[in-house]
Amino acid sequence: MEKKWIAGTPRLWRDIPVIIPFCPGCQHGTAVKALCEVIDELGMEKNSVLVVGIGCYTMASILVDVDSAMIAHGRACDIASAMKRIVGKDTMVITWQGDGDALAIGCEPTIHAAARSEKITTFMINNGNYGTTGGQLAPTTPLGQVTTTTPFGRNQDQGYPIQAAEFIGSLKGVAYTARGAFTSPANYQKTKKYMKKALEKQRDGVGYSFVEILSTCPANWHMSPLDSLKRVEEEVIPLFPLGEFKDVDKIE
Amino acid sequence: MTDRLLIQGNEAVGWGALNADCRGFFGYPITPQNEIIEWFAREFPKRGRAFLQSASETGSINMVHGGALTGVRVMTSTSSPGWALMQEGMSNLANAELPCVIVLVQRGWNTTRHAQTDYTSVTQGGGYGGYKTIVLAPKSAQELYDFVQLAFYLADKYRNPVVVLSDAILGQMMEAVELRNPDFGPLPDKDWAITGKANHKDGNRRFSSIGQGMLPTPKHPNLCAFWGDYKNKIDTIKKKEVRYETYLLDDAELVLVAFGYVARVSLEALLAARNKGLKVGLIRPITLWPFPSETIRDKAKKGATFLVVEDNMGQMIEDVGVAVQGQAEIHLVNALDRHLPIEEGAIYPEKVLEKIEALIK
Repeated sequence: MEKKWIAGTPRLWRDIPVIIPFCPGCQHGTAVKALCEVIDELGMEKNSVLVVGIGCYTMASILVDVDSAMIAHGRACDIASAMKRIVGKDTMVITWQGDGDALAIGCEPTIHAAARSEKITTFMINNGNYGTTGGQLAPTTPLGQVTTTTPFGRNQDQGYPIQAAEFIGSLKGVAYTARGAFTSPANYQKTKKYMKKALEKQRDGVGYSFVEILSTCPANWHMSPLDSLKRVEEEVIPLFPLGEFKDVDKIE
Repeated sequence: MTDRLLIQGNEAVGWGALNADCRGFFGYPITPQNEIIEWFAREFPKRGRAFLQSASETGSINMVHGGALTGVRVMTSTSSPGWALMQEGMSNLANAELPCVIVLVQRGWNTTRHAQTDYTSVTQGGGYGGYKTIVLAPKSAQELYDFVQLAFYLADKYRNPVVVLSDAILGQMMEAVELRNPDFGPLPDKDWAITGKANHKDGNRRFSSIGQGMLPTPKHPNLCAFWGDYKNKIDTIKKKEVRYETYLLDDAELVLVAFGYVARVSLEALLAARNKGLKVGLIRPITLWPFPSETIRDKAKKGATFLVVEDNMGQMIEDVGVAVQGQAEIHLVNALDRHLPIEEGAIYPEKVLEKIEALIK
């Protein structure tokens, strides 16, 4: 069958034989699009390896036209660390994770890869809950948010959300951290800039780089796509401010 | 002439891995295997090979996963509680069909002393999904050196993790080791390695998955297609890779079955029994999976009685039971028969001989 190309589809977005299970209004697809564009614009298509954890975003492992591995829930930074140390500096090793994957079950690998100053890059999508499993409490769930495991809203008994970009930025081995969102074309461009910079830090061998990307989750937030976007702007961004939190060219 | 070294079993693991061209070691401290991770920390970086201390055994096995994805030979080592933590990773490695080697230096349940208490866990596949791993059981430092190399070969041949099952006694004991270079034969190219499109002859992307059969690929469009292939692999290994040793089996009326250090103890008991004119033989499984069931069954059909000797509460005896299919009597010498009834105790030849004499009379 002849491939039909839809305008705006990135060159590295693969045509796959199965339905892409992203819900209407979810921004995981937008994030994958940004990733395809960033890898393409940096000319890293042939020497990039994508290590993808378990969540809604797992589809990225077959969507992006680079070598990729779908691996255990939470262990992307362990796997990427070992890969990078074997393939060497000329191959970009990228982890693609969710907030539960990188910060709950995967807290240990993420923090230790950052502390060891592994020359890898993590892109973590934060939608404030576990999307794939039906919307449970995540390490990033804001206070008050109703999830299926905080049916009356998250309260202090369930603790407080983790601001990953700031806290990972406090580790010495880290070259770069930032947080972006896709609430507007301007934010899309800014987030892409952060993603590019993170990969450049890896390419230049500076240290660990980390970009958190805020996403909507209309299905589990029980909101329309537009209301979800509004919520990101009005409630999520004040709690998870956008911008760069660490940016160094050398770690000494 | 090849070099000979007087080294610990744990160090023999390192030399074996080096000789097998292992390129990466990932591990976490745990007694009684610390000499292994320390050996790699000392010897690997200066040779340009990867060494990384993980933050847990879950980390180690996933670093092994990462290393294996790149197509080079990688390994880890651990002891019993760490092995338990690695089970999810083992399942993933088996599902993704990634070759690697794990050296398990068993300790006694959760004491830091020796025992053989992980037999069932390693032979049955302790994780999810029903995978299998080849398990090699050395009995000496020399065999630790040899079997680590064999393990890498078998892992590459079948694209499956392979376990070398050691224990605290074998790991800590010093023996002479000849640094020999076995030639196991050719292996297929690792065209599946995840190293970036620039490194592939056809320039196309490669994809590795712990969910084979879930995300469809031309080879495995669905889960049952993957299961079919995996079952074939298991059946081939069962048919081709059974390894064992026998001693004085032909006329034996009583057959000892033992692996690891206990096989050496049992051999001593066997020789003492033969000196007394007792017709005793020994089957020593080298592969604990696949298990030498047929050899045991043949002997059972000829009317032999079996005495399983193992330093646990009785684990391999179940495989012997399956092998004999109710056609022979099976007895057990186990960890409760140690020369001292404490964790420092061990199964001594005298105890095995005592049992042999009680059974033959």
